[in-house]
This record gives sequence, C-alpha cells and structure tokens, in this order.
Amino acid sequence: MYHSNFSRRLSLKEKFYRLNFAYILCIVLLAFIGILTLYSAGGASMVPWARNQLIRFVFCFGLMIVLAVMDVKIYLKYSYLAYFAVLLLLIGVEIFGHVGMGAQRWIDLKLFKLQPSELMKISMVLFLAKYFHASSLHQIRTIKGIIAPLLMALFPALLIILQPDLGTALMLLFTTVVIFFVVGVQIWKFLIVGSSVLALAPIAWHFLHDYQKNRVLTFLNPERDPLGSGYHIIQAKIALGSGGVFGKGFLNGTQSYLNFLPEKHTDFIFTMLCEEFGMVGGGFVILLNLILIIYGYMFAYRITSYYGKLVVIGLNTNYFMYVFINIAMVLGMLPVVGIPLPLISYGGTVMLSVMASFGIILCMDINHHVNLGRQSFND
Amino acid sequence: MNRDNDKGKILLGRTLIVAFSCFCLLMVLVARLYYLEVIEGEKYKVLSDENRIATRVIIPSRGLIYDRNGEVLAMNKQNFQALIIAEQTPDIAQTLEQFKKIVPLTDKEEKKVLQDIRNNRRFMPVKIKDGLSWNDVSSLQLHAPELPGIFIDEGLNRYYPMGSYFAHFLGYVGSVNAQEAQSDPMALVPGFKLGKSGIEKVFEKQLRGKNGNIKLEVNAFGRVVKEIERQAAEEGKSVVLSVDWRLQKASQDAFGPNSGAAVVLDVHSGEILAFVSVPSFDPNLFVGGISNRDWSALIQNERHPLTNKAVSGAYSPGSTFKIVVALAALEAGIINENTTVDCLGAMELGSHKFHCWKHSGHGPLNVVGALKHSCDIFFYDIALKLGIEKIAEMARILGLGSDLGIGFNNTSKGLIPDKQWKENRFKSKWLQGETVIAGIGQGYVLTTPLQLATMLARVVNGGYEISPKFQKLSLKEKAKIKKLPIHMKNIEIVKQGMFEVVNALGGTASKAKFDINGMKMGGKTGTTQVRRISMKERKTGIIRDENLPWKLRNHALFVGYAPHDQPKYAVAVVVEHGSSGSAVAAPIASKILQEALKLGI
Repeated sequence: MYHSNFSRRLSLKEKFYRLNFAYILCIVLLAFIGILTLYSAGGASMVPWARNQLIRFVFCFGLMIVLAVMDVKIYLKYSYLAYFAVLLLLIGVEIFGHVGMGAQRWIDLKLFKLQPSELMKISMVLFLAKYFHASSLHQIRTIKGIIAPLLMALFPALLIILQPDLGTALMLLFTTVVIFFVVGVQIWKFLIVGSSVLALAPIAWHFLHDYQKNRVLTFLNPERDPLGSGYHIIQAKIALGSGGVFGKGFLNGTQSYLNFLPEKHTDFIFTMLCEEFGMVGGGFVILLNLILIIYGYMFAYRITSYYGKLVVIGLNTNYFMYVFINIAMVLGMLPVVGIPLPLISYGGTVMLSVMASFGIILCMDINHHVNLGRQSFND
Repeated sequence: MNRDNDKGKILLGRTLIVAFSCFCLLMVLVARLYYLEVIEGEKYKVLSDENRIATRVIIPSRGLIYDRNGEVLAMNKQNFQALIIAEQTPDIAQTLEQFKKIVPLTDKEEKKVLQDIRNNRRFMPVKIKDGLSWNDVSSLQLHAPELPGIFIDEGLNRYYPMGSYFAHFLGYVGSVNAQEAQSDPMALVPGFKLGKSGIEKVFEKQLRGKNGNIKLEVNAFGRVVKEIERQAAEEGKSVVLSVDWRLQKASQDAFGPNSGAAVVLDVHSGEILAFVSVPSFDPNLFVGGISNRDWSALIQNERHPLTNKAVSGAYSPGSTFKIVVALAALEAGIINENTTVDCLGAMELGSHKFHCWKHSGHGPLNVVGALKHSCDIFFYDIALKLGIEKIAEMARILGLGSDLGIGFNNTSKGLIPDKQWKENRFKSKWLQGETVIAGIGQGYVLTTPLQLATMLARVVNGGYEISPKFQKLSLKEKAKIKKLPIHMKNIEIVKQGMFEVVNALGGTASKAKFDINGMKMGGKTGTTQVRRISMKERKTGIIRDENLPWKLRNHALFVGYAPHDQPKYAVAVVVEHGSSGSAVAAPIASKILQEALKLGI
C-alpha cells in the first residue's frame, strides 16, 4: 500500500551518481584526521590504533554505501521491526550481562563490539519517524497521540541508564526530545516535563552511582581533586591550551606522548588533536562537522517524504549530539560522560553506528524525490 | 490537505530552529576553543612545560680545606651505599637475607632498615648500609639478580683526615634544617649538605661552589624520557687556612687528659695558628649519622666534648687580667715603674677584708714585681685608684668583651662590666668592692680563650689592633692594622713583668721556663675560683683543691708569648678545673710555644 508508482525506480548507477560527494568527502576527511591523530597517539605508529581504525573505517565506508543505495522503502517497511529487534537485544544483554558476562553490555564481533544501545539510537529514530509519518498533526497535538512513542522512547532509555550508561541514555532522550519538538508537540508540554524533571533532579541525584556523582562534582570544580578525578580535566585543558594557535606540530604533543593525557585515543582525542594542531586543527574539525550537520538539515529540507525528513533530522541531531557533547566535555563545559568524538576517537561501536547513520541519511537524500505513503498525496 | 501542509510547515519551522541552535552551539565550542588556546594559551604552555620538564640539581663537590702547609684538613670521600626500594622487592626479608650473606648486618642495623621501610613510602629508597668497600660493591653487583630492589648509590661524603684534632675548628656539614631552608634555594635538593659550624660554616659560600642542573623530560609516571639540557656544577673553591696542623696536634696533645681550650695567634697578624678545645671528638662519626651510643656518650660527658670552649667558654680571667689593669694604670699615669705598694696580705675596704693569695704578704712591690708574684693587694690598690671605667676601657681596647668578628656558632662576647652595665643588669649602683675584685680578674669579668690570646697579642706586638684571622694576611692587609693608643714604654714595663713571671726566681710560672737558642717565654698565670669560699671555711682552713671533686676545682689559666725579645706567638690556655695556673696551665702553654718556635711558623 505504500508503493508509489509516480516516481520511477532509480538504477544502481544512478544512485551512485546521486550520492552527495561533498558530504562523503567531509566524512572521509574527518576519518583521515582521526587516523592521523591515532597514529600520533600510538607513538608515531600504525599499531595499536591507527591500523585497526583504518580497517574499521574501510569496512564501515562499505557499509555506508550499501545502506545508501538500498531501497528507501525497505527502511520504512522495517522501521518497527528493527526497533523491536534492537529492544530485544538490549533486554538480552541486560539480562545476560547481569547473569553471565560480568557486566558486559556488548556482543563481540571481533572487529567491532556491537552495543545494542548504539543501535537503539538509530532504530529509535526510524521508529519515531515512521510513527509520526503516519500521524496527523491533530494526533500529534494530543496527549493520546504521543503517549505511545513517548513510552517507546523512555523504556530503552531506562534500560540503558540501568546498564549504567548515562551518556548514551541522555543522548537517546535528547534525540527523542528533538524529534518530538520538530513534529510539532506543543512547547508548553516540554516546559511542563522540563520543569518536573528539574524538580525531581535532587531525587535522581540519590540514584546516581558514586562515580557519576564524582564526575558531576569534579566537572563543577576540577581543582576539587587534582590528582583524582579532576586530573583528567586539568591535564586535558593543559594539553589543549598549550597547543596555541598552530599547535606543537604533528607527533610533537608533549602532554600526550608523555602520558599526561588520559584517554588520549578515545574520549579525549580532541585535546590531543588540539595540542598538536592547535586552534587551527581543532577549528577545522569543528568546521567539517558543522558542514556535515548543515548538509544534513539541507537534505531534510529537500526530501519530499515526511518519513525521510524525520529520519534525517533525527540521525543528524544524534550525530550533532555526539560532536557537541564530546567537544564540550573535553573543553570543560560539560561533565565527563564518556561520549567519544565520532569518526575520530578510536573504537568500532560508534564508528559503526555513525557510518550506518550516514548511509541511511545518504539513502534518504538519494531518494529525496520519492513520495512515501498517503501523507504526501494531494487528496 | 491543509493539515498536512501545516504538519510540513511546523516541521520546517522547527527544524530551522534546531539547525540554528546546532550552529550556535558549535560556534560556542569554537569560541571556547579560541579562549583556551589563544587567550589562555600561554598559561597552559607554562603548565605543560612544568609537567614535562623536571630539573635535577647536580650538587657540586665541596671545596677542600688545607692548613698553611697545604696539608688536607677536610676532603670528600667517595661513599658507596646500598639502598633498597621496597616496591621493587617481592620479599623484603628474603632480599635482606641474601644481602647479609654478602655484607653482614648487625641485628640493630637490620631492624633500622625494616623500620625505615615501614616509615617511608614504598617507592622511596632506604639506606641499608653505607661506607661500603670496593669489594662489597663488586660482590653486590655480581649478585644483583638475587637482590631485587637493591642498588648502589655513589656519593661524596665529607671526611676529616685529622679526626678529632680539628673537630671544633673546622666544624661540620649537615642537612639543611627548616629555618635555613627558607633563605637557601639549595635547601630543597635532597642530599645537599651545608656547613653547620666552624670553618665549614664561615666559608660556606666559597666551599659550596655553584650547583649545576639537568633538565629532563619526564612522562606522567616520572620516568625520564630524555635529557634536554645539562649545566655542569661548578666545584667549590678550596680554602687555605692559617693554622698549622703540626702545632694544632702538639697543642691538643699537650693537654693530656685535661679539659679546656687553647688558642695560638701570630701576634703581628692575628692569624690563628692553633685552635684547640678538649676533650674533642671525631667529626667523621657525624658524617653518616652518629650512632645512639656514641651520641649519648658525647652528650653525657661532664667535660662537654661538643662545646667549642675556645669561643663558647666564658671564664673569669683571674690574674691574667692583671696585664690589662697594669697597663691601664700605667697609661692613666696612676703609677709608673717605680710606684710601690706594700702588701701586708690583706686590705680593708669599709667593713670588708680583701686577701692576697699569699696570706703573709709580699711586702713592697712595684708593678713588675706585682706581676711576677701576681700580688693581689697591689692590683686591689691600683684598681681602686683607677676606677672600673678606666679598667673596662683598656680591656675593650685590648679586645675583651667583643666577639672579635669570628663568626663561629655560640661565640661568647665574654663580659667587661662597668657602671652602666650594672645599672642595666641589676638596677643597682656599682660598688667599690666590685672594682677591687675586678682588678684581679674576678667578679663579673668573663673572657674566652680566644679573647685572652687576642688581648696578649695586642699587648706584646707593641699595641697593634690585630684580630683573630682564619687565613694568612697579605702584606697590604698587615699594613692596615691600626695602632692602639698605648705607649710602647708602658708595654715594655708590663712585658718585663711577664718575663719575670716565667724567667725570674720566684716567678709564678718559673717551672715552665725554657730557652731555645736564647728564645724565652713571657706570660701570666691565673687561677680562678669556681666556688665561693665561705667565712667559716676561711676560719677552719681552706680545703685544698686536690681534695675537691673535679667540678669544684679552680680553673687554671695561662697567657704566654714567645720569643720575649721579638714576640711572634701568643697563646692562651685555659684548663677547666685544672687547679693551678702555674702548675697546670703554664706547662701546657710552654709546650705549645716551644713547639711553635721549633716549627718556626
């Protein structure tokens, strides 16, 4: 019933031709900068990090292209199914993680560690997009119309909080909030929820783990414990600040290669990048990400289908969250929550999930002219 | 259709808001980046360098100390010590057991090591044993695999080859204490030692040299990555002293078992030729940390071996002070060489009776005779005529009551009392009786052996204001020595008295006389009471000094010079509780001066 005979099917060749190459170039450039930085972090060596990252990127790049040239209708068709499948996986690792795998919340795929919570970020967007695609504005503006998707979003977030992975859970919730916002849920509803969350915050504080409390307290005052949890923040700031305008030069970051910099290849890679390439390097990475994000919103603008628009807005916002939270965190503007810098930080999980997102975004863009479903008909 | 249009419009509008917010938030990041890297960049660069660069100070080797003949008095000795780092040893007890097979340890030493390990942090090296021989070092290195966490550290220790002979004079070096740390940037360097007393302290600046440093790049764990810069240390400069080790040795040996001090000066320059305080101790005991037993033995010894009696011991000068009083009276014109006083054995002043040491009296004596016999009545009489102010003035001219700028720790200024002093000290008027006893160097008057030697040197050199000096004086420096306002004629009169003390029949130190190729000694004895003799004791007969416990016996003093014709050396000898200046102190001074004359310094 969702088939559209108004637009003809695109051949594979045409789809390749329609890929947005500037967008892909930004992705490749970012990944390249990441690999370069990992090469430096490994002590001017491809091992242990740069080579693995390169292999992963090549694999993920392939995956992105595959996802991009897939038939757009398949996404719509399987959106709900994907959501429930990932939800099951999430419940599964939650149970098995507790029982038998020593608090392990991922599935080892050799090259990647598959974290269902990462997959949930994508499937949640697909799910909500399909749901609101089918809703009318009237429905969206009633409580009854949004209660189901709200619960569908809160349940996995709760599971992830219990893991405990506060960062991922918060990102999932933020993305949900943005989708609810753009589809037209009234502002006052956000205000009500927002103020009640604030009111409940002191109670929530009690349920935070000690290390999470520490992170928040240390964020508020890094000097509180300069050799303990504040050490990371202080050393990261030193690394970053000492880079100056042009940086200490490639392979010359003293903070990183003398091991003062913690997590220099994962969450804090941006500080290392800034130490070696300075304000210019850091600014360039932010600029590339800005281009990617602006492109995303431009795609959303020209996509015909509501579903496609929502998918792109959701995934794009999700990507923005990664970039913003990570950089704001290492710049000392947010507490340390354990969010990596996508495409640059070492690690397969996030690489896999953002490259998949890019693939889906590209697919929506390739098929931007395709009408999906009755909402787009002029009836 | 309208509804769908509305849905699309809302989506578009709100997406624009979201996109714009994303843009703004990313711009905030850029602004923050600008702030941290550009505006605050310099600050973080400094912090990053502080992280990265560790400066290790190279301690310069300390300058050597020589005597006037080029004999080494203080040197640096290579010291090998075995250290252990607890965290690098899997089993401390077992490692120590292995160590003991190569280098034996006493139970006490082992206990101390274990205690130190407990008291220190696990990565801190703890000393197991120092002063290891080459043999020990090479066997330890051979067995290194069985001794995890043990390593050999090579350092320099101060070593005093003359041992106890120069203990007080040279002083010692030690670790910096909290008070010194505030003013001394070197204080924070571990292992740095500075002069704590004696010559080591006075010449600290010269002996220390300039420290070098190594700038090292270190990683977050403190491990050295590479050397960035090295600035070599500048060795400390050597110091050549005016003392003569042979005279020093002879002087100290001359004391035998006695306790006291002696200082020998060159009368024309003030150069210190010997500087003795006995009993002494071996300063090398302190270098590696003194054992408890040795320390308590030193501390509990009633003869105070750690006290530098030559400058810290303030003694009543007794009859040696008569030199000062005689000279003051001659200068004041109260007496001349012919003025006589009739000694009847006692003198009454108001209700009080002052005795001469010779109760039967000396009969009439002039100043030379009074010095020769050390007649008290003569000096009571002229002291009364002079008044305390005139006596104090001459005493000060001759260097008494001053620290003489020596710069040693705990240097006593002695005490030359006058009316003002008594007023300040006791809020009461000076009494004439006090002038009388000051005339024979008793009462409030206090002097150190160094002051007495200086006083005598200033008299016998013809009245030149020499001061004790550690190093040889150049001719230019000697020419700068000022003449004191004392007439040569009067000096000759006093010298004649001192000559007769030793060389004339009936002189108080005639047993100590010598004649080396016509070179003879002059001098003045002194015996001072340590206890008060009560009226009751006077009536029943004064207890003989030999029958008193050591602590209550009289101090014995002698100041002497030689050769009499052309004085070159002045010596002051104080023998604590030595009973008699003439019988105990004078022979010691005589031995010292004979040695000096023989050496011909």
